[in-house]
Amino acid sequence: MKVKRVPAGAAAFLARRLARLLVAVLVVVTISFAMVHLTPGDPIRTALGPTAPEELVAARRAALGLDQPLLTQYAAYIRGLLTGDLGHSFVNGQSVAEVVATRLPGTVQLAALSLGLVLLLAVPTGLLVAVLTRDGRRRGLELGYTAVTSFFHAIPEYLLAVGLVFLFAVTWPVFPVAGITGPSSYVLPVLSLAIVPLAVLTRIARAESLRALGADYVRTARGKRLSPRLIYFRHVLPNTLTAVLTLGGTMVTGLIVSSVLVEKVFNWPGLGSVIVQSIELQDYGLVQGITLVYAVVVLVANLIVDVLLGLLDRRTTLREEAA
Amino acid sequence: MSNRSRRAALTGPLGVASLILVAAFVVLAVVAPPLWGERADLVDPGAMNQGPGPGHPLGTDNLGRDILARALVATRLSLAMALVATLAGAVAGTALGVLPTAFGPRVRRWFAAVIDVWLAFPVLLLAMFVAIMLGTGTTASVIALALTMVPSFARLAQTLSASVGGSEYLAAAKVLGIPRHRQLLRYVLPNIAEPLILNTTISVGGGLLALSSLSFLGIGVKAPDYDWGRMLGEGLSAIYTTPTAALAPAVMIVLAGVAFSMLGETLAKAVRGDAGSTAPRRAVRERPAPLAAEERDDDVLLDVAGLRVTFPGGVTPVREVTFRVRPGEIVGIVGESGSGKSVTALAVAGLLPASAAVHADRLTFDGHDLRGRTEAELRGLLGTRLGFVPQDPMTSLNPALRVGRQLAEVVEHHSGTPRASAWRLAVERLAGVRIADPERRAAQFPHEYSGGMRQRALIAMAQMERPKLIIADEPTTALDVTVQRHVLRLIAEASREHGTAAIVVSHDIALLAGLCTRLLVMYSGRIVEEIDVAALPRAAHPYTRALLGALPDLDTDRSLPLTTIPGRPPTPAEFGAGCAFAPRCGLAAPECEDDDPPLLTLDGGRRLACPRAHKETVHGNA
Amino acid sequence: MGTLEIRGLTVRYGRGRSAVTVLHGIDLDVPDGGVLGLVGESGSGKSTVARAVAGLVRPAAGSIRLDGVEVRGAADRRVQMVFQDPYASLNPRMAVGESIEEVLAVHTPLARRDRAAEAARLLDLVRLPAQVAGRHPGDLSGGMRQRVAIARALAARPEMLVADEITSALDASVQAAVLNLLRDIRRELGLSMLFISHNLAVVRYVSDDVAVLNLGRVVETGPADALVGSPRHPYTRELVDAVPRLPAPGDHLAG
Repeated sequence: MKVKRVPAGAAAFLARRLARLLVAVLVVVTISFAMVHLTPGDPIRTALGPTAPEELVAARRAALGLDQPLLTQYAAYIRGLLTGDLGHSFVNGQSVAEVVATRLPGTVQLAALSLGLVLLLAVPTGLLVAVLTRDGRRRGLELGYTAVTSFFHAIPEYLLAVGLVFLFAVTWPVFPVAGITGPSSYVLPVLSLAIVPLAVLTRIARAESLRALGADYVRTARGKRLSPRLIYFRHVLPNTLTAVLTLGGTMVTGLIVSSVLVEKVFNWPGLGSVIVQSIELQDYGLVQGITLVYAVVVLVANLIVDVLLGLLDRRTTLREEAA
Repeated sequence: MSNRSRRAALTGPLGVASLILVAAFVVLAVVAPPLWGERADLVDPGAMNQGPGPGHPLGTDNLGRDILARALVATRLSLAMALVATLAGAVAGTALGVLPTAFGPRVRRWFAAVIDVWLAFPVLLLAMFVAIMLGTGTTASVIALALTMVPSFARLAQTLSASVGGSEYLAAAKVLGIPRHRQLLRYVLPNIAEPLILNTTISVGGGLLALSSLSFLGIGVKAPDYDWGRMLGEGLSAIYTTPTAALAPAVMIVLAGVAFSMLGETLAKAVRGDAGSTAPRRAVRERPAPLAAEERDDDVLLDVAGLRVTFPGGVTPVREVTFRVRPGEIVGIVGESGSGKSVTALAVAGLLPASAAVHADRLTFDGHDLRGRTEAELRGLLGTRLGFVPQDPMTSLNPALRVGRQLAEVVEHHSGTPRASAWRLAVERLAGVRIADPERRAAQFPHEYSGGMRQRALIAMAQMERPKLIIADEPTTALDVTVQRHVLRLIAEASREHGTAAIVVSHDIALLAGLCTRLLVMYSGRIVEEIDVAALPRAAHPYTRALLGALPDLDTDRSLPLTTIPGRPPTPAEFGAGCAFAPRCGLAAPECEDDDPPLLTLDGGRRLACPRAHKETVHGNA
Repeated sequence: MGTLEIRGLTVRYGRGRSAVTVLHGIDLDVPDGGVLGLVGESGSGKSTVARAVAGLVRPAAGSIRLDGVEVRGAADRRVQMVFQDPYASLNPRMAVGESIEEVLAVHTPLARRDRAAEAARLLDLVRLPAQVAGRHPGDLSGGMRQRVAIARALAARPEMLVADEITSALDASVQAAVLNLLRDIRRELGLSMLFISHNLAVVRYVSDDVAVLNLGRVVETGPADALVGSPRHPYTRELVDAVPRLPAPGDHLAG
């Protein structure tokens, strides 16, 4: 099968992914709109509490435009979004965009640091263990490695966070537990967020490396009598990257979501704490705006991973093109 | 996938542990609420936030309630929510995944796109949406979790039914006129049920974790109900005073999560049947005896004697193989699957996995004893002298590297050739195997090559250093007949033009007859006959003769049946004391079952491992 | 009766701009009780012919008639097919006997208890002992599975058997046994057969007539020995030349 070189194919690929993103964002926007407007009961009344005077509720409703027909509201909502207006808190009228602007950096820092740690460590560890345990060598190491990674695999991030708090803040108070007070405050939250995906990804990296080590082309490389260094770094490593990064990409989503929980445990000044709080307060205006931000962040992160993988591995893209 | 290994997976320590754990949790879910429910709800203002002590093994919470009792009682709600949500998600997802197969491709693609977008939504966000729309609470979080499970089950069901839908057994059922409902019940469902059930088991664990995280955030279970997640959320604030309030539910969550995922994994392993992998024995590296001087022979390039390969578990696929290859000569090794022909070739090339033990009385190549060498020594010795051509061209080139690069690295590595000239040499070698437009082709990746071109590139690769010997393992099996001929010609040319010797392994005796000067016929790990190709019509061993008669060629008499061999070859585990071919042999006599006949040298370098056939040839010639 | 008449058979895969035509209006004839061999390399479209005749692929144009009656899709009892890979074409979850009896239930008026006897007879026809009925495909060797697949196809009492590369997954000695079996069955049952393979020597041995397929077109048809003995089309000649030959007694090998 002959395949043409594809600037055109790449452009089409990008266009399709962008279109898919657009559809997904539209779906999210509509759902988040519907969330407030189709909820049984009166969200403003809920937010302000049963004791608030009827005039205040009516005034707040009018101020937020909630007394208009649905379609008008939908159009206004979309128009607002296009101009960067994410809506307002139902409780105190605060602009959601402002809240996001002050809180998002905290979440992004946490997620980015953890992701960096995971990507930096997962592949080398996986490859190293694969090389050491290939052909059934070092059964002890293999067993220990599997046990440790499966243990962390089974623990959700927020439990790990609780455990870390218990160990390093309560039992041995080495690190601070709440808020940002200096570089050391990053240690526990980043670890809580990174360890689980790291365990999962090194396992995958090892499995992929073992698969590559057993592949015919590695035997060909051995047949060429290349040095182990060349075989591992030139022939094994590049072939494990695609699979590892694909799965790593799907973990970005999980990482962002787990950050909500970890932020709660560490009282981290990020978006996660705000959304949890506003759900408790039933401040649907704030919840609506922030979930929308989360959803878009996740979707964009997925798109970036997809495109990066597409560039990195022409073959996957082409295969999809052919299918 | 034997039943024995299935049982081994389930009765292994992990399997037993997970089964016991899951059973314990189920029992707890049933008996805990009636036994300790009252005690768990008992508020004791006099004993708030107490540490572990008498009466309260794990202490009390902020209302003075017993933590242990609460953690045990919460099992029922925690497990029930996870089970209900998972089952609902699995059923809905499976339906969503399987249904579209009944419609046209357009509907299928549309469904796939919906599932795609759905999958992109993280669990927690979706749960938040639902929790807000339905109000937070137990039902809402169960529905939310079920909704997040739908797309992954749908994707799995989709993939599975697509693979069953494309399977030949379903195609066969259609042609045989099996009614549609039977196709679904007997062909599709049984073949997709297993992975779906496994995924459900694993998902219960994950669902438990997700649900407890919702309750932990305060958007799941609401007071007065409680599950482990809510206990954990409330206990967290008291972690400095009563850590057990957070740790007890945390331990329960982890244990339950681990138990279900582990059970799923063990079941999966049992289904795959890969539980009881035997520990491989390390290859025994024996110090070889020095070679006697008279055994050195300048006219012999490769000298193999008493070659024996043992795989982990004591299986011996190659036994006492002895042969020589002279410079520039092409020798064929022919045999059927399981004859040990490929293992022999790989053993000589030093390319068997490390778990295989290779023993030889003599293994000399180009004057060097190859026995007992380290990997590094072998690399130095063989790197420039021995080329290897693998069996499957589709998988034997590195998909991530340009073809030219893969050729060039050979001379870069072994001869220290600079990059640029190594690339030029690679282009030259590609041209040498008649790849058109070699400059452009060298810069391409393997997936841009056809199968035949890949095999040529691999032959060019084996010749980068102009080796003295090429070992080719079934080099044309995966290729079309017309392409096959061109590839074989390349090996013949290397021999003619550069004096390269070759060992070519194949199951096709006619193909080897057209290429080689000499054939080694292998059966059950031994050479049973060695014969010049020109003498093939007078082959003596009953197996060689049967092999020749079984293969129709363009002159075969169509009015006569082909020669067949009754029975089947023994597996390496079944090798006995006698001649391995005796049970299928027309010439066999009782004594054949007792002793494995030795490979005797006849005149003209011919060798034969059958005394009865030997007698016949002697008589025939006389 | 079993006269197969293929006229103008055209098959396309895919739709719109990405559609690929794999068969370009081919004509083929299998006389009643005759064997037509179809030979071609990968990408020639030979398996597509098999699947079209068996009704697994819907032709874009053309007709496939058996005794003058159009073949009605996959459910047409009169055409049965044996697949290339016996490891894939049998349902791994059904015992051999069950697989055969299931077909008998659909296509014959036999009562339940008579089906087991008939299954045993069919197994005997493909030279398998009756005990095989209780085994699952996973317990059988490749050659045995291919015999089971043949027996199962025969259970539908077809008039036309399509054999698509049925020996290419088998060792030489096993292949010989399956080829001999096909010869015997043909003689005993008078079946018509479309025998498809990449191996010209095998096709010649089994078939009365041979058709050569190249890139979706029939380039040459003729009686087996005539076609192999004096090929006219250059592609046929190339195929004939590519078949490895064993040295005949007294041959002197050049080079």
